[in-house]
Amino acid sequence: MSQRARNVTESGAPGIRHTSSSSGDFATDASIEFRHVGKSMKQGNQIVPVLRDLSGVIPHGCVVTLVGPSGSGKSTLLSLCNLLITPDEGEVYVHGREVREWSIPRLRQTVGLVFQSPAMFPGTVMDNLQYGPQLRGETLGNPKRVLQSVGLAEDMLARDAGELSGGQKQRIALARTLVNNPEVLLLDEVTSALDPSAARDVEEWILKVHEERGTTLLWVTHSLEQARRVGDWTWLLVDGQMAEVAPTEEFFETPKSDVTARFLAGELGGGAS
Amino acid sequence: MSLATLSFTLAFVAGALVLSIWLKLGLQKDIIVATVRSTIQLLVVGYILKVVFKLDNPLFIGLMVMLMMVVATQNAAKRGKGIKRVWWRIFVAITATEVATQGLLLGLRITPATPRYIIPLSGMIVGNAMIVSGLLLNRFISEASSHRGEILATLALGGTPKQSIMPFLKNAIRASMIPTIDSAKTTGLVQLPGMMTGLIVAGADPIQAVRYQLLILFSITASAALTSIVLGFLTYPQFFTRLQQLVLPE
Repeated sequence: MSQRARNVTESGAPGIRHTSSSSGDFATDASIEFRHVGKSMKQGNQIVPVLRDLSGVIPHGCVVTLVGPSGSGKSTLLSLCNLLITPDEGEVYVHGREVREWSIPRLRQTVGLVFQSPAMFPGTVMDNLQYGPQLRGETLGNPKRVLQSVGLAEDMLARDAGELSGGQKQRIALARTLVNNPEVLLLDEVTSALDPSAARDVEEWILKVHEERGTTLLWVTHSLEQARRVGDWTWLLVDGQMAEVAPTEEFFETPKSDVTARFLAGELGGGAS
Repeated sequence: MSLATLSFTLAFVAGALVLSIWLKLGLQKDIIVATVRSTIQLLVVGYILKVVFKLDNPLFIGLMVMLMMVVATQNAAKRGKGIKRVWWRIFVAITATEVATQGLLLGLRITPATPRYIIPLSGMIVGNAMIVSGLLLNRFISEASSHRGEILATLALGGTPKQSIMPFLKNAIRASMIPTIDSAKTTGLVQLPGMMTGLIVAGADPIQAVRYQLLILFSITASAALTSIVLGFLTYPQFFTRLQQLVLPE
């Protein structure tokens, strides 16, 4: 557990909070707060609830690993934080302000999202790193340093981004997001498509960035080993509902609910690894 | 050409029907419907044009052009299923193209303001705009679907909807114009264009026919670009919500 996260969790543990109103009753140390969030989505011809009355708080500088069976709503929950999706019910707060009250480009710079399959834009690694600043009419100050921050050599700048390996692409996608200096980083199974060595590499660089910048991380992962390694707190999502919220060690050592025990035993699918 | 002479050309249709039956293509019904429809439509239009030319009244010319634009819009809208209010967007794009092109032709007195010129030229401009609209919508939807990852990545980095979709809109605009440009490039080499052929068959001087054909060629090339760009820019906001979220047409 990082020092910053440790300080935060000593002062106030993240977890499920039930608030009766939306009038400023959020945790002042919260990076992200979900309040009674509900979301339904179209699957085939049916509208299916994906998230149901979900509440929770992620303090500044904390690493929360989000686990759960496939289709439990983990990726949807991430997309609510930077408004790529809007909740049907409830509110999502980032730094105390409801996401729909933010300037949208500003929100998406503050809350960075790295996807499972990194999409590379046409051109070189340099073009990809410059992409974010260019969107705002700015130029990237020190691209070499950005590359170094994710453990890649400077001579990669001129390489065609489309020809990189999966691990390299994921690191470029991470670096591209870090260029925006996000205060919160949403990670959607960023290592699941990589081989174990590349996955471990990317994981270590993410944690390094977290240590250096104090970035809050909400990390969706299918790997329970990874969740246990990196998390300060772990949230278990089952059928769109929060099944358990606990400090990571406690979550794995002494799960409170039967659902968690069954999930850890691999009975619910998507958990055991 | 007499109707009796024209009826001999039905032998071509009969040939196509025989081939369809022989090869079990199952196109017999479509061939018959297409033959009957085109015969009725063209005969009706021929008589209507005769009346409109004789009357030479701006109201009837306007109604005729409006009918062309509505039918063209209706047809192109089938390619944009799932895009909200796509009908009106196509109609605006086609109208803008028709007004700009005819405005230039008539304003600079390149063609006389008579139904004999306005209606056939409008038919060619609107017809081509219809094809370009269908191609654009078709390609734009597939570009946006296949590049969903890049669009979402741009939005997630703080880009605007326009920034996120612009490369794919440009691809769609380019693709929609390729048939018009390719046709212009090979005109006269691969095929003799319809208007020129018509004029030559009717006894006009080939050089004069070429001049008219060039006028058409330049008009439809410009109108293809105009339709595609106007329609593309009117359509892309429909791929996003008010909160700058991607919603692809279903």
